Parts: sequence; C-alpha cells; structure tokens
Amino acid sequence: MFIKHATIERNTILLGVLTLLTVAIGGLVEIVPLFTIQTTIERVEGMRPYSPLELTGRNIYIREGCYVCHSQQIRPLRDEVERYGHYSLAAESMYDHPFQWGSKRTGPDVARVGGKYSNEWHVAHLVDPRAVVPQSIMPSYAFLAQKPVDPTDIADHLKALSIVGVPYSDEMIAKARADLLTQADPNADTDGVLARYPKAAVGDFDGDPTKLTEMDALVAYLQMLGKLVEFDRTQPGGLRQ
Amino acid sequence: MTAIAASARPLPEPYVEDVVRAFVIATMFWGVAAFAAGVYIAFQLAFPALNLGLEWTTFGRLRPLHTSAAIFAFGGNALLGSSIYVVQRTCRARLFGGEATAWFLFFGYQLFILLAALGYVFGVTQSKEYAEPEWYVDLWLTLVWVVYLVAFGGTLIKREEPHIYVANWFYLAFIVTVAMLHIVNNLAVPVSFFGTKSYSLFSGVQDALTQWWYGHNAVGFFLTAGFLAMMYYFIPKQANRPVYSYRLSIVHFWSLIFLYIWAGPHHLHYTSLPDWAATLGMVFSIMLWMPSWGGMINGLMTLSGAWDKLRTDPGLRFSVTAVAFYGMATFEGPVMSIRQVNALSHYTDWTIGHVHSGALGWNAFITFGMLYYIVPVLWKRERLYSLKLVSLHFWIATLGILLYITAMWVSGIMQGLMWRAYDHLGFLQYSFVETVEAMHPFYVIRALGGVLFLTGALIMAYNLWRTARGDIRAESGAPGELKPVAAV
Repeated sequence: MFIKHATIERNTILLGVLTLLTVAIGGLVEIVPLFTIQTTIERVEGMRPYSPLELTGRNIYIREGCYVCHSQQIRPLRDEVERYGHYSLAAESMYDHPFQWGSKRTGPDVARVGGKYSNEWHVAHLVDPRAVVPQSIMPSYAFLAQKPVDPTDIADHLKALSIVGVPYSDEMIAKARADLLTQADPNADTDGVLARYPKAAVGDFDGDPTKLTEMDALVAYLQMLGKLVEFDRTQPGGLRQ
Repeated sequence: MTAIAASARPLPEPYVEDVVRAFVIATMFWGVAAFAAGVYIAFQLAFPALNLGLEWTTFGRLRPLHTSAAIFAFGGNALLGSSIYVVQRTCRARLFGGEATAWFLFFGYQLFILLAALGYVFGVTQSKEYAEPEWYVDLWLTLVWVVYLVAFGGTLIKREEPHIYVANWFYLAFIVTVAMLHIVNNLAVPVSFFGTKSYSLFSGVQDALTQWWYGHNAVGFFLTAGFLAMMYYFIPKQANRPVYSYRLSIVHFWSLIFLYIWAGPHHLHYTSLPDWAATLGMVFSIMLWMPSWGGMINGLMTLSGAWDKLRTDPGLRFSVTAVAFYGMATFEGPVMSIRQVNALSHYTDWTIGHVHSGALGWNAFITFGMLYYIVPVLWKRERLYSLKLVSLHFWIATLGILLYITAMWVSGIMQGLMWRAYDHLGFLQYSFVETVEAMHPFYVIRALGGVLFLTGALIMAYNLWRTARGDIRAESGAPGELKPVAAV
C-alpha cells in the first residue's frame, strides 16, 4: 500500500483527482438524499411564501445580522418547547432562501415570536432595547424608523425567488408593489393581501401611518414568525420525517 | 540525502519571493485588524453602549467582519503566502506563472477581502456563516482561486524533485476542497445584475445542511488541512528534524480528508434536519478524532531528540504549542458533536470558546511560529530582532487564550444549564434575560483575554518590523549565549 502511494505522490493530476473524489463522497451521501427523500419536509397545512412586506422585513433581518444572536430553530427538548413553543418543523423554513436557523443564542429564539408582543413593544424594543428590558445587551435599531422602504424593485425579488422554487404566482408578482404598500397602510383595503398571504399582520406597525419605513417591514416580519403552520389540522403521521 | 542532492544541483531560476514578503506583511496587518475587531465586539457584548447607535457599528454587522478578517484575511494570507514559499522550495521550482501571477493572486485576494469587509459594514450579506460575501464577491474569489490552483498545481507539475512533499498534499487538498465548498454553498440567483442582493438556490433544511457542510469544512480544510501543511513544513525546519513518520503522514492525510467532509451535520443536532443525517455527522466526527490525533502525534514527535530547542527557540515554542492546542480542540470537538453533549452546548458560548481554542491556539500560534521563522529568511537577516520579545509574546498570548476559553467554558455551560433549570414547582427557573445578565462577568474576562492576545500580536508586529529593518537587539543572557553549566 505504501509502495503504491509513491505512484500517487509522484503524479500531481492523480493526487488532485483522488483528493477531489475522496472529499466529494461525504457531501454526496449526506446532502443529495435531502432532496430526494419525500418525508424530509413534513406534510403540514398553512405554509405560504412571504408577503412582499414580510420579505422586505426578512431582508432587513438578514442585512442587520440578527441571525448572529437569534436562532429560529426550536429543538424538541422539554425546556425549549416550554419556553418558545412547538419545536420547529422543516416545513416552516421550506421557503427560506437562505435559512435563518442560526447557531448562537446571545438573545432568545425568535422562531415563534409572532404575536407574542404588540407592535408598540417591538418598536420600543428595537428603538431602545434597554428601555423595555433593562438587562438587554442588544444594539439599538432606532435608525430603522427613519429609513423609508423603496418599493420599486420588490417584484424583481419575487421573480428571483420564484426562479429558485418559491411558488409565487403571476398575480402575486404583478401585485407585489401594491401589496407591499397596502399591508402597512391602516386605511387601505387589505382583503386582497390577506387572500394572497393568509395570516399576514396588517396595519401600521411603527406608529407613523404616514410613511412606510424599514421598521414597519421588520415588525411585520417578526409578527408572522412561526404562525403559519396549522397544527390543529396536521395529522401526527404528517410530522414524521 | 535530499540536502546533499540540493547542494549539488544549481537552481534553474530564482524563487518568487517579493510577493511572499507582501503576503507576510498582509498577514500581520490583517491579524492585528482581526484581533482588534474581535476585542471590540467582545466589549460590545459586555457594554452594549459600544454599539454606538449607528447602523454600521452594530454587533450584527461587525461580527462577520471579525470572523472573516480572522479566517480569510489573517488565515488566508498566511496560507497563500506560506504555500507559495513552501511549494517552490519543496519542488525546487519557480512558481508556475512567475511574478505576474503571484502579484495577481496577492492583489486579487486583498480586493476580495476589501469587497467583503465593505459589504458587511454596509449590510451586504448572504447571512451564511463564514460565507457572508454576496454573489459578485463570490465570483471574484472563484476567479482568484482558479488562478491559485493553476499556479500551485503548475508548480507541482514542473517540480525538480521526484516526490511531492507531504505539506503540498495538504495545501493541494485545501485548495481543491475549498473550491468545491465555495462554489456549491454560494449557488444563488441575483435579483438584478446591478444590485448586490441574491437569493440562495437552496432553502430551509437543504440550505442548512449545505451551509454546515461548507461551514464545518471551512474549518476542516481552510483552518485544518492548510495549516497542517504549515506544520509539516515549518516544524521540521525549525526543529531541523525529518517528519516523525512517513506512513503516519499518508494515513493522516487520506483519513483526515475523507472523514472531515462528513462531520458538518453535527451542527444541526435536534433541529429539523432528519436524525439519520445528524447521526452520520456525529459518528464521523468521533471517528475524526483518530486522524486528528495521528497528525498531532506526527507533528509533536518530529521533535524527538530536539526537545531542547523549545528552550532556545521561542518561535518553535509557538509551533509546538499550536499542535498541542490542535490536539485539545480536536478532542473537544468530537465530544461536543455527541448529541447529548450538543443538547447542552449548542447555541451557547461553549461553541465560541471551542472555536477560539482552535483559532487562537492552533491557527494563530502556528502562523506566529511560521512568521518568526520566515521573516529572517525572507529579509535575509541573521536572526530575529529580539528573542525576548518573542518569549514575551508567547506568554502574553497564552495567558490571553486561557482567559478566553475558560471564561467561555464557564459561561457556556452555565447558560446551557440555566436554560434547562426547573424550580421545585416544575416551572422554568430562569427567564432568558436572567441568563444574559449572568454572562456579564465572563464577557468582561473574555474581552480582557482578547486584549492580551492583541497586545501580543502588536509586540510581534514590532519585533518583525525591526527584524525586517535589519536591527538586532543586544540581549544579555539570550538563549543562544547560554553556556553549559557543570553539574554540581
């Protein structure tokens, strides 16, 4: 064996190709089945793509590196389920490009934070975390309330996501810009938004109904986290991976 | 025998060395920058007012700046520079592509670092850990990396030595595997050709495993295989001994690269990833202990018969301590990959402590050892400016690491236990924010450990700068002047 190794270590191409083959195996065996085994994603009711406003908020969440300190992945451990709610399902992040499970909890998990606090609490907390939680070490995100949301290219975002497999319909893409503005407008007719994106939080979020800010978008995203799956309509067998 | 052969044959062409000097300077510069950024964000966690209320200076944006500066700027420059140095000497051949290619690699790689760093500060990120740069930076790095592979592989092909030296196997595996990981994990669809934003090709559970297959092997091939190549060249050089075992090198190489790739799913225990995948990751992580320690033994035993050099060569002390830290971190890693241990350690500071015993103890120390060896050679100086300053650097940095990792062990295990604590009525005993409050003293200790480590790096930068200038500090009782003393 060691004599034959001399052949490999005298031939650059052979060494390189054998190395590539050796390192390719593990990834192929572990990753490819996740795309082919049907039960990897649980069979549940209620999942839908993000509304344009939620998607905008999610992109702000990513931009600010919230995932650095907040996970979105509740493990099936007794204390986590009691603290945060039902353990996270693969189905709940099936439209997440990229995923936001995180790897560190400097702050608490936010996978099911939707609806747990009021919009006013979220805004006050994001503006000055220590005003509502004195021991908090979170940075202030007051600047979000000053930054307007630019709605011009939202349809392009939905199109890009539909290319990678998110089931946005032609109607959703065509109405993306209008839906973005409508969802945060307390005086608008939101029936269309709610028909396309059931359970979306609608209305003004940041306390200033006159303009659409990044604060509106981020809070709209936080308020829907973990609320989509209808656990009472899910069969136990559907959760089996 | 090789040495005799080497002296008998003249060199065909001079080696490419100017660019290696540039890589050495960049390594020192980015090292100090990465450690300083780390110290700053460590203080942010202890004193949140340091986030300054500005969007560009929040922990969320600066943390990727710190990790990328440490891994890709400091570690990457050390790897590129040392590999160009090593491959030419061990092949007795000038770098394939010559000066021009080497300078393209240097400036191309620095441009990648700048584009990535600017992106983080302005909020341009894919949010994939250790793969945060967006699509246009990824494309640029892919181009630079292909040139790197061609230059390195080309030098191997035109070598004058019959065998490819073991350090080059590891460098080659590092280059090839990082290319594979980088391309697959960064597959994405840009929103527009003129915008920075893209959406990952994969979603949810598949995206998570692809990311941690990448993330863990960024550790396995960027921070392990590449740095093991440094170990296999510089420790024998510093100790003036051959590698302990050739057979162990072969077993080490193939088993390490085969097993490492499987270990990624241990980052996803108890998540929505199916159990079979997480279990596979755990089993291979535990098996990985063996090649890791095989490599450690091969590195440490190279000092057989030369252990006394540890007393006289403080540069070698860095290299050898690095291998010891490598052994410790690669023992701790498999332990943390066990599902039940991971249930406690995951999401806590224990992981941060583990990463830093590897990054500071192994990667940074082996790089410091390499720099202390390579700078007098590259600048053609008789010896380092001051061996005492090297010693001082060693002890300050070691103390810094110890403060860092012990603080993170305590805070991580404590927080994990507090999260799962129940009171006598069966309620969760602590609210989340109570566990945050309990971290405070350990965050301060950790930051102080970082200050010590940064101070050591500044001492090194000063020492190497004086060395490059050609200064030599008169030191009484310098190890080289020690006289044998008769036993009483």
